[in-house]
Amino acid sequence: MSPAQLSALQGEKAAQPRHHILSVLVENKAGVLSRVAGLFSRRGFNIYSLAVAPTDENEHFSRITIVVDVESAPLEQVIMQLDKLINVVSIGELSPSEAVERELLLVTVDVGPTERSQVIQLVDVFGGEVVSVGSDRLTVMLAGRPEKIDDFEGLLEQYTVVELQRTGRVALPKLDRH
Amino acid sequence: MQLTGAQALIKSLEMQGVDVMFGLPGGAILPVYDPIIDSSIRHILVRHEQGAGHMAEGYAAVTGKPGVAMVTSGPGATNIVTPLANAYMDSTPLVVVSGQVATGSIGTDAFQECDITGVTMGITKHNWLIKDVDDIPRVVAAAFHVATTGRPGPVLIDFPKDIANATMEWYWPSSVDELDLPGYHPVTEGDPALVRRAAELMRDAHRPVLYVGGGVLKARAADALRALAERTGIPVVTTLMARGAFPDSHPQSLGMPGMHGHYTAVTAMQRSDLLISLGARFDDRVTGKISAFAPEAKIIHVDIDPAELGKVRTPDVGIAGDCRLVIGELLSALDAHADAPVTGNLEPWWAQIHEWQERFPLHYDHAEGGAIKPQMVVEQLRDAAPSDAIVVAGVGQHQMWASQYWQFDYPYTWVNSGGAGTMGFAVPASIGAKVGRPDRTVWAIDGDGCFQMTAQELVTATAEQIPVKIAILNNAYLGMVRQWQEMFYEERYSEVYLSPDLPDYVKWAEAMGCVGIRAESPEDVAPAIEKANSIDDRPVVVDFRTDAFEKVFPMVAAGQSNDDIVVHPDQAARAR
Repeated sequence: MSPAQLSALQGEKAAQPRHHILSVLVENKAGVLSRVAGLFSRRGFNIYSLAVAPTDENEHFSRITIVVDVESAPLEQVIMQLDKLINVVSIGELSPSEAVERELLLVTVDVGPTERSQVIQLVDVFGGEVVSVGSDRLTVMLAGRPEKIDDFEGLLEQYTVVELQRTGRVALPKLDRH
Repeated sequence: MQLTGAQALIKSLEMQGVDVMFGLPGGAILPVYDPIIDSSIRHILVRHEQGAGHMAEGYAAVTGKPGVAMVTSGPGATNIVTPLANAYMDSTPLVVVSGQVATGSIGTDAFQECDITGVTMGITKHNWLIKDVDDIPRVVAAAFHVATTGRPGPVLIDFPKDIANATMEWYWPSSVDELDLPGYHPVTEGDPALVRRAAELMRDAHRPVLYVGGGVLKARAADALRALAERTGIPVVTTLMARGAFPDSHPQSLGMPGMHGHYTAVTAMQRSDLLISLGARFDDRVTGKISAFAPEAKIIHVDIDPAELGKVRTPDVGIAGDCRLVIGELLSALDAHADAPVTGNLEPWWAQIHEWQERFPLHYDHAEGGAIKPQMVVEQLRDAAPSDAIVVAGVGQHQMWASQYWQFDYPYTWVNSGGAGTMGFAVPASIGAKVGRPDRTVWAIDGDGCFQMTAQELVTATAEQIPVKIAILNNAYLGMVRQWQEMFYEERYSEVYLSPDLPDYVKWAEAMGCVGIRAESPEDVAPAIEKANSIDDRPVVVDFRTDAFEKVFPMVAAGQSNDDIVVHPDQAARAR
């Protein structure tokens, strides 16, 4: 799914989120991502986004953050099927309201002399960063809540976007305050 | 003690108590076949790797032990994909070892290379590619642990050739903790609060049914089930995977539910106010149209696989746990209120059930003369066989008649391909069953279409002196497909005719070292069976030329409600 489609979907369903975040701790073994992805496709579950990286120094475990379409299948069924994978150690379920979510965007934009300063200004407003400068292009980076990235992406549409890459979201539970 | 990887693999299998394995060697697995010569494990050389897989399944089904098969890389491994898929659907514990090209060649499209762990990811409970010779004992122990615990299932170990030739210092894991399975914690006991809630639902039920699936057999819970049934007086249906889990001769048995189930079993579930599902999974062949299934029933669903609870129908009480343990807990919960009735008054329910049983027993047209009726063959085979004989079926009409007309009074006497519906299952699975239970009579009831898919394994049976008996219900058609074309495609028969005598099954049997017998008319049936039963030193094949136009009844057409069950035309005429 393209980022534009993704943001369109999220916009349309903003009132009633149809996605849920699963934070899945897996053994860092060959093929584990393929096992998770294969399970989703063969059971007909839809994934919005997926991010994966090792979690510990020894790289024994990885955390996969999956944004799941909960309309394609009940969340409990997705969790129970995932839990059957031998390499899945634990599954945390994060509803959007109980999680801190972040995502990272890299985007390269065509900029003429007038647009260059406009884009840099926009990046500043959003707290992003220019990470590469070419003679007529800029590559900028923005990290933040997925909605903020959507917003930024929307504003960039008036310029010529050459390439755009989002990481998919990562998430952890919000902390309690006693 | 220094061992080669090949020696370590075979020694690991011995440590797991493997007494027999089914396989066929080839290039990549060659090093592993050398230590087999010195091993205590009996190796049965099959003629096709699919045969090895189904034999291992048949062995597992009747012994409760995991079946073990070994094949080479590439086509050897892909040939066993069907048995893995079959075992996955039917939760049969299977350990398959496949050879693989040397680790350095993986990914280069080497000769006989195939990414078999990738291919089988979705049809195994788990699989491993061994990349370090020191992992062998741990992975083998983990493979057996995963295959046999929780919801059982098939596993595959992919074994590269250079790993087989490398050396390692022998060890054997002393406990499950050493198996490196941090994400594997199968549930066993049910939640006591949920069990109490289930007992309460039973107390309020007036039309309950015990809906018994294959999980009861996997949990070795037949005795516990019988105790629960007799304690509560609730009628019992046994699914295709559970035939034998509760005696068909028991007055509380209603037989098999489902698309070709007994009328009373199907209808009792449909009218029930409480279904107590034990190790069953609400398969579409049982439920019919799911939205119309058992509309008034509350559901107690017990399954060792938590993902089954609510997968198809949301239970009122879902209990994740081993059926034997949960049934025990249920009995204790019922005993806790010893003075209270365990169910509502079931007398009207039983009166209704008995009326259905009287009106709609299994029925076929016994017309004198003419062609042999396949149902009659099953009845005569049944009556001439010991009551604990093992029956193995392929897939199709013959499978349904075998399940309907045999009388299953003991667990582990029925072996078939339920979930996957694998044609060709019966011949190799019966061989595996006979290897597992050489003391029992093993009859495969097969169709002519199925037989032609895997018959070559009778060569294996003859060579290895495994005296199975094969009854071919030869109607010269792919009969179940023919039945559907007759009923739903206006008798437009497309690609279903096979011929009764091409091949000549008697000559084919004899060429494979078996005794071949033919029965062409109803009078031939009893003598043919008698002769087959008198032979116990080699396999026997009986070619029963049966009525090609016979259909399986009752029937719930695909996608229809179980309310619309179609009984035999004779019964339908009488009911009108």
